Amino acid sequence: MSTTTSRAAQPAKTRGGPGTPASRGGSRRGKLGVQNAAGWLFSTPFLVLFTVFMAFPILATLLMSFTDFGLRNVTRPWEARFIGFDNYVELFGDEKFLKSLFNTAYFVVVGVPLTIALGLVVAVLLNNGIDRARTFFRVGFYAPVVTTIVAVAVVWRFVLDPSDGLIAGLFSEVGLTAPDFLGSEALAMPSMIAMAVWRNVGTVMVLFIAGLQAVPTEVREAARLDGAGVWQEFWGITVPLLRPTLLYATVITTIGYLNVFEEPFVMTQGGPSDSTLTVSLNMYREGFNFFHMGYASAMAYVLFVVIMGITVLQLRLLKDNTE
Amino acid sequence: MTAVRAPGATPSAKSRAPKRPLVYVLLSLGLLIMSAPFLWMALSSFKTPSELSAGPPVWIPTEWTLGNFRELLDKLDLPLYFMNSVIVAVLVTVSNLVFCSMLGYALAKLNFVGRSKIFGLVLGALMVPGNLMLLPLFVLMSKLRLIDSYAGLVLPFAAGAFGVFLMRQFMQSIPDELLEAARMDGAGEWYIFWRIVMPLVKPALATLSIFTFLGSWNNFVWPLIATNDPDKYTLPVALATFATDPNKAGGSNGMLMAGAFLVVLPVLILFIALQRHFTQGIATAGMK
Repeated sequence: MSTTTSRAAQPAKTRGGPGTPASRGGSRRGKLGVQNAAGWLFSTPFLVLFTVFMAFPILATLLMSFTDFGLRNVTRPWEARFIGFDNYVELFGDEKFLKSLFNTAYFVVVGVPLTIALGLVVAVLLNNGIDRARTFFRVGFYAPVVTTIVAVAVVWRFVLDPSDGLIAGLFSEVGLTAPDFLGSEALAMPSMIAMAVWRNVGTVMVLFIAGLQAVPTEVREAARLDGAGVWQEFWGITVPLLRPTLLYATVITTIGYLNVFEEPFVMTQGGPSDSTLTVSLNMYREGFNFFHMGYASAMAYVLFVVIMGITVLQLRLLKDNTE
Repeated sequence: MTAVRAPGATPSAKSRAPKRPLVYVLLSLGLLIMSAPFLWMALSSFKTPSELSAGPPVWIPTEWTLGNFRELLDKLDLPLYFMNSVIVAVLVTVSNLVFCSMLGYALAKLNFVGRSKIFGLVLGALMVPGNLMLLPLFVLMSKLRLIDSYAGLVLPFAAGAFGVFLMRQFMQSIPDELLEAARMDGAGEWYIFWRIVMPLVKPALATLSIFTFLGSWNNFVWPLIATNDPDKYTLPVALATFATDPNKAGGSNGMLMAGAFLVVLPVLILFIALQRHFTQGIATAGMK
């Protein structure tokens, strides 16, 4: 279709062959019309889908959060009543929501550093500590990442089962009784964090391995020549050089963990007594079980603002140190 | 290769020489912990009910049984959910391959007004958590009567920002001279894109297919919301609904492990067969 137009632009192209800046500028101007049209045509499918299924819903969630949008409005959205900031005010007096906010923070604050630290350790051991079977180990540590969260959560629920589970079995082999991990208010969240670390350590590991391979071996060898020990080399050379990777890994892990949903949905349904109720799970329940959709929209936006705030903060903090 | 650099040879050879058995022990221990839940799942799915709840635990089934699988298939129409998952994942993957590559090409190789704005949009979209869109998407899909339809499951994921970003990164490395030469020969932009650029980025397309397919296969929240009719469930929705059924409609641990095993197995096989694409893809996406 654009073949003819591109032919029309051809004289401009042939006139100025590669070389002087002037001739290059001329050819660019000749091409501009064609490339403009082509650029927008190539962008159209994405832009249409983006507008309908992302931009519009993002805006609609904001609007809904200022209304009393409920079940009847699913069929008649325009009849939702505007109620100003009522949802947000109610939200911050809602103990259940505050608890879910706290639980999510708990999950992130404990889970993210653990995931990053373990991923870094495994990456360094794999990259610098061994020279055989690297692929074998890498595949093994990465495997949980690719598996379906729902299936994995079902498996972990049974692994942690107080009477017939894997851990209970190991405990009984040494004559102990395993606690009811998911049935205890104190242990349910740490169990879920353990599972999240187990599942996501592979992603972080792969990122760090890529980062480590970009560190020139000369730097490390020079450090060794100067008599740096393994520990000094790790803290003095490896970690500073991995800052960009560290930043990226921390940001994506944090965003992922702030949205945690499947694990509590399958393993505990938020219990016992809301001790594993996360913001996403709370939002899902309010929105799709009780159809308090305006209220749930306000929750979604609070979570979004928190995510944005934390991401910006992390970018600031970790970037400043790089410079 | 270190031998070439004569002065550096001695220290670097020395630093590479020590085999550290301790590191192997540590990593093997780590690997055991990583694979333990999978092994537990696989072994448990072949155990009889009595061995599943035996007093001193039975680690390896003494009499391997397919009873759990048979019982599960009686209760759950797994072939149907499997097909639903495959159809949705294939549609999502194909549309991502086409649409993300198109925009990736435009962003990498075409000079057009608004290009940097669109790229900014893509980067912004990468950051937006999917949960933010769920509520209005549900209303929209209800209005469009797309709840319980493949279209409803596919459309919100038909062109992901990650794919655009990935394809743009790869396509930037294609030399401009090649495209210019094609343009001089009178090739149109679509021809250049489809016949010249796409074949050159096959590795990237492979990476994108794997990630998109997997993302769709493992996707849970949206299919959970967008399906009410059990006949339209995808595998994860079916498994989660079965596992969290408050009436405990017979979801014994053995059956659940058999179910998880069947959901996880295709993914694990795919991963092990194509593992190089995974790690390369992540590394590329991570480096801007």
